[in-house]
Amino acid sequence: MAESYEKQTIERDTEVEKKIVVRVLSKIFGDHPMKALKLIKEGLSKEEIRAKTRQTVGVYDANFEVFAGEVFVLMGLSGSGKSTLMRCLNRLIEPTSGEIFIDGQDIMKLDDVGLLELRRKTASMVFQRFALFPHRTVISNVAFGLEIQGMAEQERLEKAQQVLDMVGLKQWANAYPDQLSGGMQQRVGLARALANDPDILLMDEAFSALDPLIRREMQGELLALQSKVNKTIIFVTHDLDEALRIGDRIALMKDGHIVQIGTPEDILTNPADEYVRKFVEDVDMTKILVAEGVMKKPAEAVALKEGPRVALRAMREAGISSIFVVDKERRLQGIVTAEDAFQAQEQGAKDLTEIVQSDVPLATPETPISELIPVLADSRFPVAVIDADRKLLGVIVRGALLAGMVKKAGEVQ
Amino acid sequence: MSNIINLPKIPIGKWVDAFVVFLSTYFGGFFDLVTEVGETIIVSFSDALLWAPPIITILVLAGLIGLLTNYKIALGTTIGLLLIYNLGMWEPGMNTLALVLSSTVLALVIGIPIGILTAWNDLADRISRPVLDFMQTMPPFVYLVPAVILFDIGEVPAMVATVIFAMPPVIRLTGLGIRQVPAELIEAAKAFGSTRHQMLIKVQIPLALPTIMAGINQCIMLALSMVVIAAMIGAGGLGGEVLRGLQRLDVPRGFESGLAIVIVAIILDRITQNIKVRRGAKAS
Repeated sequence: MAESYEKQTIERDTEVEKKIVVRVLSKIFGDHPMKALKLIKEGLSKEEIRAKTRQTVGVYDANFEVFAGEVFVLMGLSGSGKSTLMRCLNRLIEPTSGEIFIDGQDIMKLDDVGLLELRRKTASMVFQRFALFPHRTVISNVAFGLEIQGMAEQERLEKAQQVLDMVGLKQWANAYPDQLSGGMQQRVGLARALANDPDILLMDEAFSALDPLIRREMQGELLALQSKVNKTIIFVTHDLDEALRIGDRIALMKDGHIVQIGTPEDILTNPADEYVRKFVEDVDMTKILVAEGVMKKPAEAVALKEGPRVALRAMREAGISSIFVVDKERRLQGIVTAEDAFQAQEQGAKDLTEIVQSDVPLATPETPISELIPVLADSRFPVAVIDADRKLLGVIVRGALLAGMVKKAGEVQ
Repeated sequence: MSNIINLPKIPIGKWVDAFVVFLSTYFGGFFDLVTEVGETIIVSFSDALLWAPPIITILVLAGLIGLLTNYKIALGTTIGLLLIYNLGMWEPGMNTLALVLSSTVLALVIGIPIGILTAWNDLADRISRPVLDFMQTMPPFVYLVPAVILFDIGEVPAMVATVIFAMPPVIRLTGLGIRQVPAELIEAAKAFGSTRHQMLIKVQIPLALPTIMAGINQCIMLALSMVVIAAMIGAGGLGGEVLRGLQRLDVPRGFESGLAIVIVAIILDRITQNIKVRRGAKAS
């Protein structure tokens, strides 16, 4: 840990792009936190420290950074310190030691006024049990943050109404929270956080109190909303599926430590230790693995101007019955089958222009495998993986897909 | 008994007397000021209630009550007050009401901030608890003694004794109501950058309002009972009528004034229990 800390300290000057930077952050609950910090450095576990000093380790030695516009998930079981860590970011919980920078500003050094400013303008929170004010109407709940900032009534209600429209609760402005369903209440919670137009959203198990169907729907809506508003989101959850679905990166926590930080695919395919491995065991790989992970690279391909004879030989060598056709820049033009190439050769064709078929199943490197399986089942051609310029990156054939999944699954287990 | 244990009597009574003498000697000016302010408050209330002809006053009160609660209570109030007027108890009735209202206002002005303090500060809570227990277990009569010594007899000492007697439930229920506001709502208010003051005004008090209202209701009822007792130190009003009825064994007069007290009590209780609290702040 000490090693990585020094490395990161050197990098600090170049951290302009990073929205949030957290360094060696610890939170000990109790009267003698320093005692506990010392013991934990000596390698004692959370339980041993509780028994010895009656101090509870909330978070220990958390190091991470969050980039602007990223959805960063803090995941772990209850008691792993994920909610505590998030509350340290706006100092609802006062960290015991460590540093937090938001936009390069040292949060730990803020005075009372600065702290209010941070909570009012920069980071807004969404709560697990919604925490809507029951004595206020929906719109007055949404306008709460603006009211606290001292915005005039007319203006703040207008703004609140706009945000309500955005989350699809236009007609509910004058209802009271207890007249709304759970999913709708949490949309109000989200709207209340968005009304301040903060750069950062802190979402604490925001969808955990909702039933599974509504939860999935809300996750989808959050992602759709995020593509519009482009906030930096810290999302706390204990649900791995949720983390994998919405997280750009995930920090997995256990007993107050961050065990691993990585993209969903990193976490699944290269679990840092036994704990993470156990955690991800039950995940449905087809939803997580993307085309890039299982495609064959480089793809067999021939140029358009090459003759049917060359195409046939390439197919014979690769043991395949059709082959992709590309231009000079390796941009995908289509596909030719062995049958057509053989006929073209008989007729003495000089190039492949006549027989190329443009009806090829396509995928981007990010397409999840779950979407590719039905495509492959229906098509007699393999799937071409291309980038934004239509450049051929790889190819996915039925056999390779299965092999890829088995291989990745094997790595995980 | 003292012979058996062979101890002299502990002169608690003398100490209290000495303390009271000390207070009236060195803080006489303060007590004069309280008397003046108290009198002004009481006189304003009773002047307001007795200024117009009774019928007009009854209609105005009924209208106000109808706005605050509902037409049923307004109707009941009208009938009750008309009965009091008919019994010839209008003036003592309004004097009693004035004394109850001024005592309640003072008790709220002092009690609600103290209640908020006990909710915010554990030390204040720990200090206030035994004091409030003491105040509530003390029989109401006992409050009259120091009140008379410090303020002489009349309406002001009656008001002072009433304020002290009626205040504890306000303090307790205000503190309770604020402590009962769910922690997650407090956290939410904090997370959006509320100052302590904003938290109190926009979240804690509105959510504690049903409980605080229960405290106000109890405060008024206690004030009424104390005001009647305080007739013994010259508070007048309906209590004075009861007292006169007692002294002269005048059964009709005693009963009629007692009935008038009951009517005032029911009216005050109905109003405070039914005041429209904004929706959503219902006790839950």
